[in-house]
Amino acid sequence: MVCLVIPLASGMRSANLGFPNFPDDVEIHMPGAIYAEGLVKTFGDVRALDGVDLDVPEGTVLGLLGPNGAGKTTTVRCLTTLLRPDSGKAVVAGLDVLRQPDAVRRSIGLSGQFAAVDEYLTGRENLQMVGQLYQMKAKDAKARAMELLEQFDLADAADRPAKTYSGGMRRRLDLAAALVVSPPVMFMDEPTTGLDPRNRQLLWEVIKRLVSGGTTLLLTTQYLEEADHLAHEIAVVDHGRVIAKGTSDQLKARTGGERVEVVVHERDDIQPASEVLSGFGKGETTVEDHMRKLTVPVTGGAKLLAEVIRELDSRGIEIDDIGLRRPTLDDVFLSLTGHVAEAKSEENGKEETAK
Amino acid sequence: MSAINDSAVIARRNLIRMGRIPEMLIFGLIQPIMFVVLFTYVFGGSIQVGSSTSTQAYREFLMAGIFAQTVTFATAGAGAGIADDMHKGLIDRFRSLPMARGAVLTGRTLADLVQTALTLVVLAVVAVIVGWRTHENAGKVLAGFGLLLLLGYAFSWIGALIGLSVRTPEAATSGGLIWLFPLTFISNAFVDANQMPTFLRHIAEWNPFSATVQACRELFGNLPPGFKAPDAWPMQHPVWASLIWSVLIIAFFRTLAVRKYRSATA
Repeated sequence: MVCLVIPLASGMRSANLGFPNFPDDVEIHMPGAIYAEGLVKTFGDVRALDGVDLDVPEGTVLGLLGPNGAGKTTTVRCLTTLLRPDSGKAVVAGLDVLRQPDAVRRSIGLSGQFAAVDEYLTGRENLQMVGQLYQMKAKDAKARAMELLEQFDLADAADRPAKTYSGGMRRRLDLAAALVVSPPVMFMDEPTTGLDPRNRQLLWEVIKRLVSGGTTLLLTTQYLEEADHLAHEIAVVDHGRVIAKGTSDQLKARTGGERVEVVVHERDDIQPASEVLSGFGKGETTVEDHMRKLTVPVTGGAKLLAEVIRELDSRGIEIDDIGLRRPTLDDVFLSLTGHVAEAKSEENGKEETAK
Repeated sequence: MSAINDSAVIARRNLIRMGRIPEMLIFGLIQPIMFVVLFTYVFGGSIQVGSSTSTQAYREFLMAGIFAQTVTFATAGAGAGIADDMHKGLIDRFRSLPMARGAVLTGRTLADLVQTALTLVVLAVVAVIVGWRTHENAGKVLAGFGLLLLLGYAFSWIGALIGLSVRTPEAATSGGLIWLFPLTFISNAFVDANQMPTFLRHIAEWNPFSATVQACRELFGNLPPGFKAPDAWPMQHPVWASLIWSVLIIAFFRTLAVRKYRSATA
């Protein structure tokens, strides 16, 4: 079977699309705004990437999820022209990353793990500089810097050296720098690592707004919650390979179904409640005595949950809490890799090579 | 031309930084000023140059050497600056932008050239205060400073390569300085190379650094009475030798540094 790969431009200004006429019996595969096939990269005898395949449709967000050293940063570096893979193919915004790196650079924004801003320059000077290096005229770069400073809530700090910024402000400035030319494709490498919860929330809002504007985004994260929150699709990476792919729901479903969890008010109610749950459950009911908590695997979702509540109520069993618990991405990771998604002890992914 | 624009943008960025960290410039001045004072007043009376043991003759002989040594210290500045940019992830950002490949390094070395020029101005003033005088016309004196700046620019490219090759800014600073001491001392900078043992004398005569020092002494009219230039070609034609060495250093290290930059990984 012949498989032709046509780079599909995504809101691209510069892509030159000449579609040849294809014979009828040729299967045409249209890759997304970010497409990778069999990316391999070795550092010494460590295979940092061991055949990574990705396909991110235009306008969607892919969350690349994995622990430190899994190959997330190396993948991003290969796709953003910073690192040349040993083998494999990569197409970003319809452009071949290996053959047209300069054209790719015009179409992407990269926000790395470290807030890559010049700390002695002011926020405004940083953005102007990046704008000019994206080949904007000085005047346009100035106007755009102004706009972004407003948009990222940095206008008050515009003329202060970035050194004086808080961690969250630096991240926002870094993100603004990646968005100077409103690139159709964005890469964010662990955008919220090291931020406090409030700043993380703020940055999530910014990212959501960005994506609603149609930008294609590849985002790496160690936070399962973050991938769940922001990504349309999640690719779980471990040891340089994508080991699972799907929506958050699909991945959760792979780990096994949902469970009903009940916390009864009185210790004496545990026994009768257990009988009720066994009637509805698809498996054994587990009981945690000290927490007065009962758990049973079920199928049937919310409708079933309502029936359980009614039945418990009719027997006069008072409940403190009841819920339909679906597996978390932590459970997913554990069931896929056999180990939890813990950060390995190396320095923050700088060398995404160590195992 | 995007290469020129991009280099100018980066040079401007580095000059803004320089203005906001004035202590860098100040610390850069302390050592050469210290050397001027130490060599003039401590060693000055006991070092013979040419046929003269006069303090004034040595004082004038010395300054070209200190000027030249000072400009080569630009190596450490460029190296530390670029290593710092690597460390902070800025090089990654620049490399992901559609800008000219060599511009980050060219911009940095041009900014260092401005810093070197400022340092030379201050140092020349100090030299005049302790009694340094030139005995040639202004054109020749300026040409001498031109050669010094060119040498400094050439050495900042060595620094750029060092900065891209080490892991930390601290390593770049020491890696940019350590080898400068033997290089600048096994030369004609502080003593008359004629008085060195044969083996060292040959090194000193062909040392790129010596060529610039000798050229400046000629252009400043600072050769001591009774001084006979060694027979080695660079010492007989120091201005040409200085130009050729500097251009060769730039061509060689710029090529290596730009290549290194293209595959740089923090």
